[in-house]
Amino acid sequence: MKSLAELQAIRDKARMQVGLRSEGNAEFRVQVGMATCGIAAGARPVLNAFVEEAAKRGLQNVMITQTGCIGICQFEPVVEVINTKDGSKVTYVKMTAEKAVRVVNDHLVNGNVVTEFTIGANS
Amino acid sequence: MRELALNVMDITQNSISAGATLIHITVEENTGKDRLSIAVEDNGCGMTEEQVKSVIDPFYTTRTTRKVGLGVPLFKMEAEMTGGSFRIDSEKGKGTKLLAEFVPSHVDMIPLGNITDTVFLLITCNPSLDFVYRRVKDEAEFVLDTRELREILGEDAPLNSPEVTQWLKGYLEEQTQIVEGGNSI
Repeated sequence: MKSLAELQAIRDKARMQVGLRSEGNAEFRVQVGMATCGIAAGARPVLNAFVEEAAKRGLQNVMITQTGCIGICQFEPVVEVINTKDGSKVTYVKMTAEKAVRVVNDHLVNGNVVTEFTIGANS
Repeated sequence: MRELALNVMDITQNSISAGATLIHITVEENTGKDRLSIAVEDNGCGMTEEQVKSVIDPFYTTRTTRKVGLGVPLFKMEAEMTGGSFRIDSEKGKGTKLLAEFVPSHVDMIPLGNITDTVFLLITCNPSLDFVYRRVKDEAEFVLDTRELREILGEDAPLNSPEVTQWLKGYLEEQTQIVEGGNSI
C-alpha cells in the first residue's frame, strides 16, 4: 500500500542527491502530441510508456512533456525528441507503446536515433 | 474516442492551453441513480459568451494548425447519446467549468476507461500545474490534491522526478481500486 509517508522518504532521498541534478538540465525533451487527433490515435499509451520506462530506468536527463497538434494528424501519435544541447529534433510518427520503449532505450539512453520510426522513413 | 477517460485528457488540454494553474477533475458515479458525471474546472483565461456558444461547433477552433476542433463537440455528443447532458459555464478572465452527465446503462455508453492513467499523465507531464482529482463512487471517495503532494515534497523532488512518478502511479491505482471496489463500469 502506497502512503503519503513514503513521499517524505522520497523527498529526503532527493534532498541528499540534490547536488547531482538540477531542473532545466535535461538533455532530451520528449514531446508527445496530445491534441484530439493524437489522443484518438492512441497517444496516451505512448506517453505512458515514455514516462514509465524513463522512471524505471531512473533517467534524470529526460523531460517528458506534451504538445498540441502540430498539423500532421495523419501521422499521429507523433513524438518529437529534442536535444536541448544542440537544438536538433527527431520526429517519430505512428508511435506505439512498444516503439516508445525502443526509443527510450536506443535514443534516450544510447543516443542512437531509431531511424525506421522517423517521419522521413514513413512518408 | 474509445474511453471517456481519453476525452477527459483531451478536454483538460484546453484548460492547459487556457493558461490554467489549477484544474479540478471530478468523476462521480451513482450506481443507484444510474448516473456518471465528469466535471473539468479550471482557472484559465475563460471564454466570452459568444465563444462558449461556438465551442460546440466542430468547425470552430482557435488553433491555426487545422480548421476543425472536435474535442468539445465529441464529448458533448457522447454524453447526449446516452440520454445525458452537457454544459459549459465560462467567464472571461475567471475560468471555465465543463460538466457532462452520462447514463451508464444506456447501450451507447462509452466506458469510462482508464481514468487513472489520464490523471497520472496530466500530473506528471505538467509538473508546474496543480490538479485536484476527485473520484466518487456511491459512498466511497478519493481526493488527490497535487498542492498537498508539493507541500510534502518541497523544492527538491519535483512531481515529474522518476521516484515520485512511480509512487504516484501506484498510489492512484490503489486508491482508485478501493473507490471502484474492483468492478468499474
